[in-house]
Amino acid sequence: MTTDADIHVHHLTRVEGHGDVVARIEEGMLKEIRFSVVEAPRFFEAIVREQPYCDVVHIASRICGICAVSHKCAALQATEAAFGVEISPQTHLLRRIAFHGEVLSSHLLHIYFLAAPDLLGLPSVMPLINTQPEIVKRAMRLKQIGYDLAAMVAGRHTHPVAMTVGGFSFLHDPADMQEMRGRLVNILDDLDASVELFATLELPDFERETEYVSLTNPDRYAFYEGNVLSSDGPCVPVAEYREAIRERVVEHSTAKWARWNRDEYLCGALARMNNNFDQLHPSAQKAAARLEMEPPVHNPYAMTVAQLIECVHCVEDSIELIDEFTRSGVDADQQQAEVKPRAALGVGAVEAPRGILFHEYEYEDEGVCLSANHVIPTAQNQANLNRDMHEFAPSIMHESRDRIQHLLEMLVRAYDPCISCSTH
Amino acid sequence: MPQEAPIPRFGHKPQVAFFDFACCEGCQLSVLQLEEKLLEILEHVDVVTWREAMTEQSTEYDIAFCEGSVTTEEDVERIKRIREQADVLVTLGSCASNGCHNELKNKWSMDEVREVVYGDAADQIATIPSRPVSAVVDVDYQTFGCPVSLGEFVKVVSAILTGQSHAPSNQPVCVECKLNDYVCVYELGKVCLGPVTRCGCNAICTAFGDPCQGCRGLMDAANLPAMLRALTREQAHSIMRKIIERYELSEEQIEAKLRIYNNWPELDMEEADEDDD
Repeated sequence: MTTDADIHVHHLTRVEGHGDVVARIEEGMLKEIRFSVVEAPRFFEAIVREQPYCDVVHIASRICGICAVSHKCAALQATEAAFGVEISPQTHLLRRIAFHGEVLSSHLLHIYFLAAPDLLGLPSVMPLINTQPEIVKRAMRLKQIGYDLAAMVAGRHTHPVAMTVGGFSFLHDPADMQEMRGRLVNILDDLDASVELFATLELPDFERETEYVSLTNPDRYAFYEGNVLSSDGPCVPVAEYREAIRERVVEHSTAKWARWNRDEYLCGALARMNNNFDQLHPSAQKAAARLEMEPPVHNPYAMTVAQLIECVHCVEDSIELIDEFTRSGVDADQQQAEVKPRAALGVGAVEAPRGILFHEYEYEDEGVCLSANHVIPTAQNQANLNRDMHEFAPSIMHESRDRIQHLLEMLVRAYDPCISCSTH
Repeated sequence: MPQEAPIPRFGHKPQVAFFDFACCEGCQLSVLQLEEKLLEILEHVDVVTWREAMTEQSTEYDIAFCEGSVTTEEDVERIKRIREQADVLVTLGSCASNGCHNELKNKWSMDEVREVVYGDAADQIATIPSRPVSAVVDVDYQTFGCPVSLGEFVKVVSAILTGQSHAPSNQPVCVECKLNDYVCVYELGKVCLGPVTRCGCNAICTAFGDPCQGCRGLMDAANLPAMLRALTREQAHSIMRKIIERYELSEEQIEAKLRIYNNWPELDMEEADEDDD
């Protein structure tokens, strides 16, 4: 039983960006507990002002090095909505493939390099390079195929170069697609091995039912487009997001907190899986069964497992999308839609790897940006994470100080926070 | 501002640390994309600190890779401590080497940018005008790009490990663009900064018909003191003027483009100090 402990983890490791974990226990009572974002802001909402729209979307992807395609697409959607640009079916399809690439590379980075060391009792993946090199090589292969899939569509994953307002700046080559298809089919074995590995790993025992927020789309498991759904019931169009999601500045954090129907909600892989499970590819549903994930899942530590299930979906769905592209062929007329700037406000929303992401821009008549708003998944998840910490801590007070600290660190990592992105 | 100090030769397997300041951390992540090459590099060095990838940490290291921009007083102290410890300090990517778009905020007062983003709570946010790491401490090697150009990163690592200097490439992106036979994007009606931007990226943007945005900074500029930068800027402007005449563009258009990645030399530090928290 830990009666007194003063835990202060400054700049938590194995997460993207800078965050602190604080927990204070006195005479067996929890006095204080929190996760704070201490990232230095880069003020994106201020610096994109006065920029022409094509530079706005260029700068916007720089919000995040991990989910650059998501930020780019959210910015493209918002700008296209503002100008009323009609996007071709081919562009939609290609963007969805790029999205799968990003989700794969981001999830696999988290699953293997950031989260798995905790479950394997290691400080990092580094010791595995000598002891189990095949696991490290598998992780790198998997992550790389995500990058390459996104790069095939967008020229580069971090930061995409070929995605323009209205389409793409180059015409895609079906031969590249076929080569990638072969690689995707081959990588399924590596994903199977990953599922088997995670089936043997035990997650900390903690459950808390919460509000799950994600995009939802009648036609498919939503990553790239949809309406905003809460598991508490409401579903609103993206353009009305401000009616639903309220951001506020709190102490101890340079990233804003968010709420909708409750004081906190969860977004990300687990929220998507809980909200849209039936639309996952059958292979992904099979992986979920093997991993004993039957939605709704209320254990936040299971976010890593939900990500792995989504990886199976992304590979299988990418193969099908490539086949669709092959059937329809490349149409040069669909490469770039006409863009006519006008004075208007537009909103775009996508499911970034860590959850629902909103970009909003207001433009003047020549397409110069007047104002911007970015609502980032990790920022939205902060309230839910802090609530989890409050609810979970009392049940682990019998553990040693080091174990308490480790379980709290693991909880933060399970959220896969993208902290520099959350502050932006 | 690279120093002319002798290059250290390591009597042992050098210990490497990665540090991040204000940025998207995309440069560190790009390094992970080196895959097999990375595993090869890891045979020659010991990574002792890499917060994003490892819980293990050490206060002793020989080589520090730093990405990001310096945007708080705390950052200033932190980069100075890193400089003191490291025999070799390498800037990783544009935020640390030539400023990147982080410097766009410097054209407003810090009070204004805080207010735009945080409203009534602006006072609780600490920030100072943004500068690249290279503007705050001496650096030994620089790598450029948003994100960092991996070919250049590997060359710099090889140079460090074999005790050689490394001069950043100093030709315009146009050279690589032409070597690759890409169509000039000006001919596609787009404004490109390739003619004045330091190459070394293998023209990755123009390869896909996208214009160069100048992320690697002005050629022949980033290694010189601020005075020389201004002169080089003049030269850059004269090149761009010729392009403006040929393609009927406005000077403001070019100026605005140039500022996205090259805004920091304009910074008047005396005035900036008043904005400090």
